[in-house]
Amino acid sequence: MRDVAIVGVGMSKFGEEWNRGFREIVIDAGKKALNDAKIKGEEIDGMFVGTMAAGSLIGQEHVGALIADFMGLTPIASTRVEAACASGGVAFRQGYMAIASGLHDCVVVGGAEKMTDVSTASVSDALGGAGDQEWELFMGATFPALYAFMAKRHMHEYGTTEEQMASVAVKNHYNAARNPCAQYQNEITIETVMKSKVVASPLKVFDCSPITDGAAAVVLMPLEKAKKYTEKPIKIIASAQASDVIALHSRRSLTELAATKIAAKKAFAQAKLTPKDIDVCEVHDCFTIAEIMAIEDLGFFKKGEGGKASAEGKTRLDGEIPINTSGGLKGCGHPVGATGIKQIVEIAWQLRGEANQRQVKDARIGMTHNVGGSGATCAIHILEKGF
Amino acid sequence: MASEALPLSWRRIPERYCLIGNSCENCKTNFFPTRKICPNCRRRGKLADKTYSGKGKVYSYSLVNVVPQGFELDAPYVLAIIELEEGPRVTAQIVDCGEKDVKIGSLVKMVFRKIKEDGDEGVIHYGFKFGLVK
Repeated sequence: MRDVAIVGVGMSKFGEEWNRGFREIVIDAGKKALNDAKIKGEEIDGMFVGTMAAGSLIGQEHVGALIADFMGLTPIASTRVEAACASGGVAFRQGYMAIASGLHDCVVVGGAEKMTDVSTASVSDALGGAGDQEWELFMGATFPALYAFMAKRHMHEYGTTEEQMASVAVKNHYNAARNPCAQYQNEITIETVMKSKVVASPLKVFDCSPITDGAAAVVLMPLEKAKKYTEKPIKIIASAQASDVIALHSRRSLTELAATKIAAKKAFAQAKLTPKDIDVCEVHDCFTIAEIMAIEDLGFFKKGEGGKASAEGKTRLDGEIPINTSGGLKGCGHPVGATGIKQIVEIAWQLRGEANQRQVKDARIGMTHNVGGSGATCAIHILEKGF
Repeated sequence: MASEALPLSWRRIPERYCLIGNSCENCKTNFFPTRKICPNCRRRGKLADKTYSGKGKVYSYSLVNVVPQGFELDAPYVLAIIELEEGPRVTAQIVDCGEKDVKIGSLVKMVFRKIKEDGDEGVIHYGFKFGLVK
């Protein structure tokens, strides 16, 4: 196994990009990453692309080849990776393994989703495919409803409040307003969240991540080669993935994601680190309750104390452990296949000291946590400043 | 998915109409829906059909205001995870009640209902929902 480094990163502006299609946003992110890495197309020998629902959302499958084509990179090996909302994180792991194994020497990993070309109802149907179609969606479940089940149990078992959940959205909008690539550039208050329309009680519109168009890309190389390309390589020191039963109702507990706990344990063991060593972390906040559960499951806070910690500001930019400096899925937007790669891009910027207004001081080690569906896939990566 | 294939609905009739799942005779774990491999015993498992009583209690719930395509006429509805008295949990609607009538732990009993229609000329799907036990 070879050490692997990130030598270039880039992302498209996340948002409702009505004037750009799937191909345009992917190429935008890809060009930025390649420029950042200062590499030529001929040097790339492999590509992985995370996208969840291109078939349902834009009627396009075979996107591995499509992107190789429109990036002008044929005939490289180009593979689409799908793991619902964790498609990006899992694609990144495929790229990591391709370099670590020695089979590839320079790999681009992208993630993308074009979501605003169809109606909101069609987006909900497409995203529903991340759950159990025959036993959850068929019965009238939606993703907000599944996370509402978790929220209700978390409130029941630990006394978590709707205001504590709202504080997650407020913090993530604050960070997003300091990220030029984020979908939302405005700050909100607890009242904004509490007064917003209920989607699936207790979750309101402002507890939910939005529908977003966006793409992100990174360039990976063996660490020893990376130093010839960049003065600021980012070393990948852990890559872990776990699965769980697909239907939420079949889980032993609704107040934790077992896949997160298992992947985190593996990742910390690989990196020989503990949660205390992490300086900045991007977690999968598809709903506010998901961030509260994630910061507990990753070991930053005790089970049941995530809501309180969030309300007390412990996860803010200047807090104990800054969470979702990009604005997270809530503030930065959630183009599902792109999210896992965007998390890597944000951590790379933080470790390189390029996060401007949202920079975490002296960030040396960062973590990403990407979840598929209601928790049936989890991909976790730990990155270290390699300079 | 706006509509469901007719053969799929037909294959699911025993489970959706009669709450028939299965149980592993080796590790005594009950499953719903049916599994073809016991996740505990894998190939050592011995699975046999089991009909559930339909009695259970609410494990978690939500009032769903924004509903999927095909459920517009039901909106808003209480959707819940029900823990059957034999162990397995299922996702289903709770009928004839408001959000305030339901609590975690409320006792429920299975009822047979229309689940959804696939458009004006499509299939009408039936299956289980639950009612509160007064």
